Amino acid sequence: MAKTVIKKMLFVLSKATLENAYAAFIMANGARMEGIEAEIFFTFFGLEAIQTKKLNKLSVATVGNPAMHIPTMVGGLPGMEGFATKMMKKEMEKLDMPPVDEFLEILSASGVKLWACKLAVDMFHLSEKDLIEDLDGILTIGDFYNRADQEGTQLLFI
Amino acid sequence: MEAVLAGNKVNLTEDGYLVDFSQWTKEIGTELAKEEGIEMTDRHWEVIKWIQEQVKADNALSVRGIKKSGVLDIKEFYALFPGGPLKISTKIAGVPKPKSCI
Repeated sequence: MAKTVIKKMLFVLSKATLENAYAAFIMANGARMEGIEAEIFFTFFGLEAIQTKKLNKLSVATVGNPAMHIPTMVGGLPGMEGFATKMMKKEMEKLDMPPVDEFLEILSASGVKLWACKLAVDMFHLSEKDLIEDLDGILTIGDFYNRADQEGTQLLFI
Repeated sequence: MEAVLAGNKVNLTEDGYLVDFSQWTKEIGTELAKEEGIEMTDRHWEVIKWIQEQVKADNALSVRGIKKSGVLDIKEFYALFPGGPLKISTKIAGVPKPKSCI
């Protein structure tokens, strides 16, 4: 089989919906499993995924998501988000997908670098003590671009 | 495709995995490891044995499964089989390439 030309994947996670966080996690983990380096930069709402108190409470977006196949107004009813999230987590458990906290541990142990965006950390008045222990540091976007230090690096915004 | 590993004729998939586990021997595993740039140690063989047992028991292999294995942790797994640990270790173990995305 031909070897991939991708050597390093840089992900920017800017949203805190469960489906977006998992997209970044699964792709980062999948990269490591193929011998590709991977790093995730958590910015804006994406920061919720690495805040100790919030990371296990991420939800599926039920409003403004046509693939949910429910009317937007129904999606906005109280409890809908919680219900949809519960259903999705149940399906994910069936596929042996780890919950957010365990997934972050796996990523870190697998050598995925986890970075918080400095501007967003400042904007939400957070400090390192609010963030997971496995965090590799708080970076500016310029620092993050400098992580693209080799041929075959790809950057993906989620 | 047919190939000769450690003096034995074996059938390999396009990706270089053994088609039939009954053809596997430790010597073949050693040779497959060499192709991946890995010098096998006792620790490597312990992991390979565990992987073979999992496949035999029909348990799907995943990185989460490694974490829960009690045999080794994920960091050691990456250290033993650098450059795609599950892919490489299953190849050495003579079992099919895992299809899991996680």
